[in-house]
Amino acid sequence: MSTAATSAAPRYRQPTRRWTELGLLVTAYAVGVAAYIQVDLAVLGSVAEDTVPVLAVLAGLVLVLHGAVRLLARWADPVLVPAVLALNMLGLTMIHRLDLADARRAAQAGEPIPSPDVYTQLTWTTLGVVLFVAVLVVVRDHRVLQRYTYTFMLAGLVLLLLPLVPGIGATINGATLWIRIGALSFQPGELAKILLTIFFAGYLTVTRDSLAFVRTKILGVELPRGRDLGPLFVAWFVSLAVLVFERDLGTSLLFFGLFVTLLYIATQRRSWLVLGAVLFLSGAVFAWLAFGHVRLRVEIWLDPFADEASAGYQIVQSLYGLASGGMFGSGLGQGWPQLVPYAKSDFIISAFGEELGLIGLMAMLVLYAIVVERGLRTAVACRDVFGSLLAAGLSIVLALQVFIVVGGVTRLIPLTGLTTPFLSQGGSSLIANWIAIALLMRISDTARQPDDAVALEDAPTQVVRL
Amino acid sequence: MSELVLTLLRLSFLAFLWLLVLLAVAVLRRDLRAPRDARPLVAAPVPTAKAGKVPRAPKEPRAPKASRNSVRSLVVVEGPLQGTVIPLGTADITIGRAPDSTLVLDDDYASNNHARISLSTDGWVVQDLGSTNGTWVDRARITAPTPLTVGRQLKVGRTVLELRR
Repeated sequence: MSTAATSAAPRYRQPTRRWTELGLLVTAYAVGVAAYIQVDLAVLGSVAEDTVPVLAVLAGLVLVLHGAVRLLARWADPVLVPAVLALNMLGLTMIHRLDLADARRAAQAGEPIPSPDVYTQLTWTTLGVVLFVAVLVVVRDHRVLQRYTYTFMLAGLVLLLLPLVPGIGATINGATLWIRIGALSFQPGELAKILLTIFFAGYLTVTRDSLAFVRTKILGVELPRGRDLGPLFVAWFVSLAVLVFERDLGTSLLFFGLFVTLLYIATQRRSWLVLGAVLFLSGAVFAWLAFGHVRLRVEIWLDPFADEASAGYQIVQSLYGLASGGMFGSGLGQGWPQLVPYAKSDFIISAFGEELGLIGLMAMLVLYAIVVERGLRTAVACRDVFGSLLAAGLSIVLALQVFIVVGGVTRLIPLTGLTTPFLSQGGSSLIANWIAIALLMRISDTARQPDDAVALEDAPTQVVRL
Repeated sequence: MSELVLTLLRLSFLAFLWLLVLLAVAVLRRDLRAPRDARPLVAAPVPTAKAGKVPRAPKEPRAPKASRNSVRSLVVVEGPLQGTVIPLGTADITIGRAPDSTLVLDDDYASNNHARISLSTDGWVVQDLGSTNGTWVDRARITAPTPLTVGRQLKVGRTVLELRR
């Protein structure tokens, strides 16, 4: 390649945007602090004594996050981490607020005051940030992950099915999603979500050409070859297995939706979406016919008020909460979100809807949308197929999960019981999502690096070792 | 805490939350604009030794026509098909391994439908058609339609192409 042409190549200095990120981080932290203190003022009338240490720990985490990104991913996206931090702090705030409600109820009933859940959640948040930094340190180039495509598949499937192993699996509220070792319980499916996303991305990078271009015509309709359909059916069977044996609708829906969407992104063939929809519908009808718990969910969804006092109680209370919140909300600490069962985990969205109103809930959904948009933008900007598919997959997992949870709580779709990313109480989900954001930051760092910062050898093509 | 203070706190918190969202959106908007700011740089004519022969008036409306007329062919300067010359008219040139491409490459590093070169009002523009290994103009991988001028090198797989007058 002649050097004359190269030297004339246009350049413009792309800013790293780290100061922008710091500004947004400080603002996000301030929003969290304002929320936390407002809860104290509304419920207790003064700032609780344990509030200052909690907020100090969080300030430390902000510094760690920012320092890590500066050192390890200096070109990465400036909006991802602040948006996630704001959501995480809002989640902590709501858990703290419900802790206060629990303490008050226990005091009135003369029971011992339960230990606050916010400490556990703060510990998990810290662990999540530590893992965020660890991923940035260990994974210096996301393309390395592609080498272990099938290892990730195996690990992901093992994690997904681990709760079925007798002895360590635990069934809570009808779903066998947890493993319990000693006093620790963990939801391995959350981590499996990320591992399987890496596998899907790696697998589709290699096979997307044959999935996209090899077609056979059946009855005038162009369809993929039989053997190319195999993986789709495997994904379908695994998600059905999760549904049948672990009785978890949400995870099942999440995996199948992720796989079909990634197939579509990788091949740009709409026929995969049609096939996926057909498979999904047949699976859904089968589940509805075969399982009582699925049928119950659908019945509650169609008419929650039919059995308002027992089966529909949770969703009805949540709807009342959202209704009483209205447009502006009751204000943090001034509503009754504790009336909804599992307000800290599955129904945290309805707690926010009640206390922040539609306006506040919309702001939070826009924050999610921003995270997803940045993820998809990273996917578009990324120079290698694997990175693109991985970034797209991670964003889609997040988007699907928010859709399934918020749709379930607001009765748009049947309730399925997934955690709300970064908000809900629950450590597995929190650390898994922080790891996902770390991977997105790593890909985004590579994608946003200006060309002259990339050590592009004078190779005719981009060579990636698999 | 009095009712009034709490109401004020509540409403100002909502405003604060939206301020954060709007600040984030402002950063996104600035990011969207950045490539557009950079485009004039990308499109800037590359000075070459032959440039003096063609009267150049970049600000004039007739400038595109002049540059269009000046470019007559696409030449393969490196790769298996080195020396191949494709005369340029006004039709699109497609490059790839697919047999219906204008320039059919026998190159494992090229995709079936790799890139397209088409004539726009500002001259010839190259566009990547979703290839696996990318289309490169002057060592940079293109992600959007990129103007191709004399002196710039277009790389598709192991093949390097240049526009010639």
